[in-house]
Amino acid sequence: MSAGVLEVKDLRVYYHTSHGTVKAVDGVSFSLAQNERLGLVGESGSGKSTTGLAILRLIKPPGKIEQGEVRLDGIDVLGLSEAEMRRIRLGALALVAQGAMNSLNPVMRVGDQITDALVDHGVRASAREYADRIGQLFERVGLRREIANRFPHELSGGMKQRVCIALAISLRPKVIVADEPTSALDVVVQRQVMDTLADVQTDLGAAVILIGHDMGLMAQFVDRLGVMYAGELVEVSPMEDVYAEPLHPYTRLLIACLPSLEQKGVFTGIPGLPPSLMSPPPGCPFHPRCPHVMERCRIERPVLRQVQSDRWVACHLFGGEAGAE
Amino acid sequence: MTASLWLGRLLAYRQLTVGLVVIAALVLLGLVGPLFVDVSGAKVGSAIPDLTPSREHPLGTDTVGRDLLSVIIVGTPLTLTIGLIAGVIGLGIGSVFGFIGGYYGGVADNVLHGAADVFLTVPGLLILVVIASATKGAVNVQTEALVVSALAWMWPTRTIRSQVLTMRERGYIQVARFSGTSGARIIVEEMMPNLLPYLAASFVGAVATAILASIGLEALGLGPQNQPTLGMTIYWGLYYTTVMRGLVWWWLPPILIIVLIFVGLFSISAGLDRIMNPRLRSTA
Amino acid sequence: MTALLEARQLTKVFGGGLLNRRRTQALIDFSLRVDTDPPSITAIVGESGSGKTTLARLLLGLIAPTRGEVAYLGKTFQSMSGEERRAFGRDVQVIFQDPYDAYNPFYKVDHVLAKPIKNFRLAASRRHGLQLIEEALEAVGLRPEDTLGRYPHQLSGGQRQRIMVARALLPKPRLIIADEPVSMVDASLRATILGSLRKLNREFGISLLYITHDLTTAYQISQNIIVLYGGSVAEAGDVELVVQQPKHPYTQLLIGSIPSPNPRHRWTARRSPTDAGALAATNGSCRFVARCPYAMPRCHELHPPFFQTDEHRVVACYLHETAQSTSVGAMDEVFVR
Repeated sequence: MSAGVLEVKDLRVYYHTSHGTVKAVDGVSFSLAQNERLGLVGESGSGKSTTGLAILRLIKPPGKIEQGEVRLDGIDVLGLSEAEMRRIRLGALALVAQGAMNSLNPVMRVGDQITDALVDHGVRASAREYADRIGQLFERVGLRREIANRFPHELSGGMKQRVCIALAISLRPKVIVADEPTSALDVVVQRQVMDTLADVQTDLGAAVILIGHDMGLMAQFVDRLGVMYAGELVEVSPMEDVYAEPLHPYTRLLIACLPSLEQKGVFTGIPGLPPSLMSPPPGCPFHPRCPHVMERCRIERPVLRQVQSDRWVACHLFGGEAGAE
Repeated sequence: MTASLWLGRLLAYRQLTVGLVVIAALVLLGLVGPLFVDVSGAKVGSAIPDLTPSREHPLGTDTVGRDLLSVIIVGTPLTLTIGLIAGVIGLGIGSVFGFIGGYYGGVADNVLHGAADVFLTVPGLLILVVIASATKGAVNVQTEALVVSALAWMWPTRTIRSQVLTMRERGYIQVARFSGTSGARIIVEEMMPNLLPYLAASFVGAVATAILASIGLEALGLGPQNQPTLGMTIYWGLYYTTVMRGLVWWWLPPILIIVLIFVGLFSISAGLDRIMNPRLRSTA
Repeated sequence: MTALLEARQLTKVFGGGLLNRRRTQALIDFSLRVDTDPPSITAIVGESGSGKTTLARLLLGLIAPTRGEVAYLGKTFQSMSGEERRAFGRDVQVIFQDPYDAYNPFYKVDHVLAKPIKNFRLAASRRHGLQLIEEALEAVGLRPEDTLGRYPHQLSGGQRQRIMVARALLPKPRLIIADEPVSMVDASLRATILGSLRKLNREFGISLLYITHDLTTAYQISQNIIVLYGGSVAEAGDVELVVQQPKHPYTQLLIGSIPSPNPRHRWTARRSPTDAGALAATNGSCRFVARCPYAMPRCHELHPPFFQTDEHRVVACYLHETAQSTSVGAMDEVFVR
C-alpha cells in the first residue's frame, strides 16, 4: 500500500479504570489517501470515535494511547510536543466533533469564534481582512455572510453545524475527521450538511474520515468503508463492494439488518451482545455471535489481511496466504 | 483485592472520612470522657474556684468552682445535641416542604417555597434573640434547640425542592407514573433513595447552622443558664473577663472544640459534594 | 362505537403569555380516532419541530391542550374519575425513547416490572406475578434468568428497551404509544425490538401508535402513516402509497433526503432552500410555504384542507385539488383497516 496522507499503524487506546482495563481500540491500522473519503462505521463500543480522537491526540486520562503510529504526511503525530500538536490541530488535522454545535461559545458571535482560532494559529491580518476571510468561509459552507454576526442560539442546528465545518476548514487542513457530524440533525438538514461537507472537501482537496453508525450516510458519502467491531477493524473495502458483497460475517449481518424503503420484510437483528471490552473473548471478538464460527476462531485472533485488490478482512474464513498488512 | 479497594475508596473520599472521624472523636469525648473524668466536677461549687491548671484539674477551674475539663466533656455533647435536634427538625420540615412543593407544584409549591424564601431574608439571629429573650427563664438545651430550628429548615427546603424539580422530568419517574405509582410512593420510593447524599448534605448544613446560631445566642447570654454548653462557657468566660486576665485554659478549649466541630462538619459536607458531583472526583 | 382514544381539534401553543412573547404553535387542529378494533399500527412521522412529541404528551395526558381535547372512551382527562384514570393506565401504555433514563439506577430491573403488577393488581400471588413477568420477558425475546436480578447498567440498551416493552405489555393494554422506541438503540438490536412490537400487534391484538422521525422503520412496521410538519398533517394514509408515491412536497423532500445504504442509489431530493431559521409562522398559511418549491399565493393565505387523492390517502396541499379529490374531515377515515 502506497503511503497516503494519513497512515495509522497498530493503534491501541486503553482506558485504565479502577475496575480493569478497557481496550477501546485494539490494533487499528489503515491508510488514507489524499482527497479520499473514508468511513469508519460501527456500533456503540466499537471504538470508532476513540480512533478519531486518538488521531487528534484528544484522549484524556484514564485513557491512553498505549502504542501505535500515526503519520500525517510522514510526520510522526504521536511524537510531537503538545505545542506542535496544537498547531497541527486545525492547521493540518481538523475535527468536526459529535455535538460540535453545542460546543460553540454561547456568548461570542460565531464569526469571532473563527477569528479567534485563526489568531491562535498565528494568522496575522487586519480586521477587514479577517472579516473578508470569515465571510468567504461562510459562503463556502452555504451561509450568508451576515450570519457571522449572530450568536449560536440564534441559529438552527444545521446552521450551527455548518459554522463548525467552516471552523474546521478555516486553515485548509489536509485531513478532516468528522465524528457523527449529523447525529442530532433531521434527515433533511443532514443532507444539506453532508452536501456542504462534500463540497468543501472537493474544493480543498482534503481527505475526510467520516465516523458514524448510519450505514446509509456512509453509502451516500464515502469512497471506502472501514467496519469496526470491539475495537478492531474487521473489514476495509470500497463502499460499493461492501454493500454488494460484504465479506466479514459481521458486515454481512449488519447490512442484512438494515431496514429499507424498498421492501417491507422480516426483521433480522444480530443475536447476542457486543463483547465486554475489559475481558474480550479469546480469539476473534465476534466469534460468540458468528454464524460461521470455527474452532480456530475461538483460539486465534484473525489479522486484517488483503484478500482481493483493495479489500481487507480480518476473518479466518479468508485465511491462508496473505499479503502484507 | 477488596481490602485495597476499600482503602482506595477511603482515600478517595478523604475529606468525608476526615470529617466523620473528627465528629466521631468529639462524640466519643462526650461518651467516653465520663469514664475517665469525674464529671460531677462540672457542677457549680464542686471545686475551689479560679485554679490554674494542675494534675487534679488539667484545665483549671472557673470562677464559680467548676472543673473546666469536666465542663468541656459535659458541654460538647450538649452543643452537639442542639445541632442534632435542630438538624433533624430542619431536615424533616425541609423534606416535607421540598418534596411536596417540588413534586406537586401549583399553589402548594408557591406557598411553601415562598415561605422558605421569605424566612431566608429575615435576619435570623435577630428573631432568635427576640424569641430567646422573651422566654429567658425557661430556656434549656431542648427548648434552645427548638428555637434554633426555626433557622434550620429553609435551606433544606430549597435544596430538596430544586433537586426534585430536576428529577421529576427523569424518564424513570414518568415510567413509574405510567405503572400506576401514586405521587407519595414516587417521592418515597423513586426519588428519596437517589437523593440520600443531598439529604445528608442538607442535614449537615442544618446542624452547622443550628450550632452556630446557638453559640451566638449563648454568647449573648440567652442560653441555658445552668447547663455548661460550649457557648455558655464562652459567655461565662466573657462575663468574668478571662481574656484580659489571661486565663487561656478557660476561653481557649471551647473555641478549639467549636473549630473542630466546624472543620468536621465542613469536611463531611465537602466530601458529600464530591460524591454528588462526579466531576469533582479526581481521575486515577 | 366510541374510539379508545380520540384527539379532537387538538391545538397546543407554547408561550405567548405575559412573560413569554414568543408564541410557538406546536400542534394545530389535530384530529385522530385511534380505534383498537381491529388492532392497528399507525406511524406518526415528523422531524424536530413537527409536533410529534407534543402530540404524544397530549395523548398521554402529560400536558393539557390549548384548544381541543383528548378523549379516552369518550371522557376527557379532567372529567375522568379515579377509577377511569386507573382504567386508562391499564388500557394505554407507553414506551419512551431513552432506555438509559427510564430506569431508576437505585433498583434492579425487576423493580420496573414489579410495579405495574402491584399497582394494577394483576397477580393473585407473588408466584403468579413472577410468572407474568417471565411470560412478558419471553414474549419480547429475553431470557428471565439473564435479565432479572440485574442492575440497569449491567444490561445493553437493546435489552433495557425490550424490558420496557415487556413492562408495557404486562397490564394487557389495548394501545401502546411508542415514542421513538428504537432511536437510541444500536442498529443490530433495533430489528428485534421492532419485531417484538409487531408481534404484540399480531399475537396479542395490541394497537400501536409508533411515533418517530425515522421513516424507514415506520414503513417497516406500520399499516398507516401520518406525516407531520410544523404542527400540521401534510399527508396521511396507507404507508405503501405515502412512501412509494409521496404526493406532498414535504413528504417528497423527506423521502428523497433519506440516505439509502445502497451506494448506487444516490440522494434524489433536489436541494431544498437552506432553512431560514424559525418557521414562517404566519397564522393560517400552509406550514411548509417557506420551503416549498411549488408555493402559490393561496398557500400563504389559508392552510389547505385534506384532499383525498386515493382511496387510502389524503394530502393537505393545493397542488392536489383536482376534480376527483374531495375534502375529507378526519384523516383516519381513509386508513387501511
